[in-house]
Amino acid sequence: MSDRIFGAFGVALAIFYAFAALAIEESFLSDAVGPKAFPLIIATILGLSSALIALRPDAAPHWPSLSRLAEIAAAIVVLALYAELLPELGFVIATALAATYLSWRLGSAPLGAALTGVGISLGIYTIFHLVLDLSLARGPLGF
Amino acid sequence: MDLLNSLADGFSIALTWQNLGLALLGCFLGTIMGALPGLGPSNGVAILIPLAFTLGLGATPALILLTSVYYGAMYGGRISSILLNIPGDEPAMMTCLDGYPMARAGQAGQALAISGLASFVGSFLATWGLILLAPQLVKIALLFGPAEYFALFALAFMTLGGVSSTNQAKSAFAAALGLGLAMIGVDTQTGVPRFTFGEVHLYDGIDFLVAIVGLFALSEVFIFLEERHGSASAEGCKMEIGRLTPPWSMIKQCTPTMLRTSGLGFLAGVLPGAGASLGSFISYSMEKRLVDKEGTFGKGDPRGVAAPEAGNNAAAGGALVPMLALGVPGSGTTAVLLAVLLSLNITPGPLLFTQNPDVVWGLIAALFIANFMLLAMNIPMVGLFTRVLLVPPRILMPLVAMVSFVGIYGISGSSFDLLVMIGFGIMGWVLRKLDVPLVPIILGTLLGNAMESNLRRAVTIDNGDWFTLIDSPLSIGLWAVAIVGFVLPLIVGRVVRAKMHERGDAEGSISD
Repeated sequence: MSDRIFGAFGVALAIFYAFAALAIEESFLSDAVGPKAFPLIIATILGLSSALIALRPDAAPHWPSLSRLAEIAAAIVVLALYAELLPELGFVIATALAATYLSWRLGSAPLGAALTGVGISLGIYTIFHLVLDLSLARGPLGF
Repeated sequence: MDLLNSLADGFSIALTWQNLGLALLGCFLGTIMGALPGLGPSNGVAILIPLAFTLGLGATPALILLTSVYYGAMYGGRISSILLNIPGDEPAMMTCLDGYPMARAGQAGQALAISGLASFVGSFLATWGLILLAPQLVKIALLFGPAEYFALFALAFMTLGGVSSTNQAKSAFAAALGLGLAMIGVDTQTGVPRFTFGEVHLYDGIDFLVAIVGLFALSEVFIFLEERHGSASAEGCKMEIGRLTPPWSMIKQCTPTMLRTSGLGFLAGVLPGAGASLGSFISYSMEKRLVDKEGTFGKGDPRGVAAPEAGNNAAAGGALVPMLALGVPGSGTTAVLLAVLLSLNITPGPLLFTQNPDVVWGLIAALFIANFMLLAMNIPMVGLFTRVLLVPPRILMPLVAMVSFVGIYGISGSSFDLLVMIGFGIMGWVLRKLDVPLVPIILGTLLGNAMESNLRRAVTIDNGDWFTLIDSPLSIGLWAVAIVGFVLPLIVGRVVRAKMHERGDAEGSISD
């Protein structure tokens, strides 16, 4: 079943891609092939392979239970927040928080997770910023 | 003689303190990454790319660092295969078959030593193979016009599809997806934006480094979260290494095996699409058929440890041949290395050998040096790396995620790229669940623009005649190989791949 849904999604993606390709504005200075042809070829391959996947599906993969899926979704939200808040909070604080969360969800005890998070954050800061001089996000506190 | 001169020049480039230090660092990190289940050569190299950039390294030092990691990971994978029966990375999965029984029988040290030696022999011979074969391939490649290059790219995708998945349609899907992603951005030939949907960030196209790190490194974090597999695989196992010196008779017994499988592995590596996992698989299968008279393979035969290790290390060297000589990588990790070169504004291919001989020969010399370093690290100092296996994923995986973010942020400094990377991480996770190979996607994003511009150049030169693509004997030959490479696995490959996947993990793992 998974493959059928996946294949159908792929066909939809291919059709969307083909439409987006047809919508590309042609420049008046174009070569013989133009900017549309190759994307249209790709859309064709994408569509054909997706249709094949849908018609001849493999055995369904082992999907995680709903609670595990929620776990991954939560991690994605945390990571997206991390990406957004990085410039606001500064590297050290944001990273410590995100790493603590991940470590906690992977099974560390809360205190151990906090220690891991702070350790990872300070470790990366020391190696990448202080030693290697990489510019990391600077927060209101300057680190 | 020319060859030896070039090689001598290469050594003069590689033998600086900086380059030696980078090779040492790369070997060390690579062995660790290979040994840790969950980190393999392709995601290991991927998360180190930003490091290479931030150090402000030039092309040669950056390549030395990253190929040392690549070679190192090929050595390191065997450690957890032998001690824990868990392959540290995909190419090492065949090593479990005989390595773990040897360890159970109290011969862990000997298994580690003989496999380390086999790795050395494989890499050493493959590096010579690279020296001898790459210049020949360059001579052929210089005859290539745009039409031939287009055919060559198609060949790479089609043969890669043949081996990387059990389902050809999924490989084709992955390749088309990667190519499609590469089209995003301003068209270089006419200047019109494509697939940008008005988003300014997309005008430059999707940075393939963002895609690689997301697909390879971040998806691994999601896999671990899904399984909530937070404790170290080594916890609760006692690891007694024992004697590290294999008896002379064992080495003697394994020598013919190592030599044969080095050759075979090298060939497997050179073929586009095959890579190290296939190299170790066919090496093991061939040796089993050839020398396993008493049925000892699978029960702790040292030859069964030597064969896949020589095979996968030789394949790693072999995979560098098409990447350097043609600019078409044949495996996941060489695709990542290609990304590094492209980001440094160096285009691999035949011209690399004439325009940047320092990069090529410096790299080759560094490979020799790295190989000796790895031998020293992996036999006498192997105890150091077995301790690394005690690091639990609940510490390791957050570290991997955070280093990925730091790296991408360090290159671009934009939150938007981080969000794109998370998107790729999610996509990578879903696609791995569905057993869609990730390597064709990376290859597509890397080669998409070159493939398109060669197509357009070829057709434009011939005034819009599309049949120019199959006009020369060379391009017809390439198309023929491509079609055979795609169709043949449909017929004979099913058996081979089914067997390979029996041993592999079920998560549609990243091919070397």
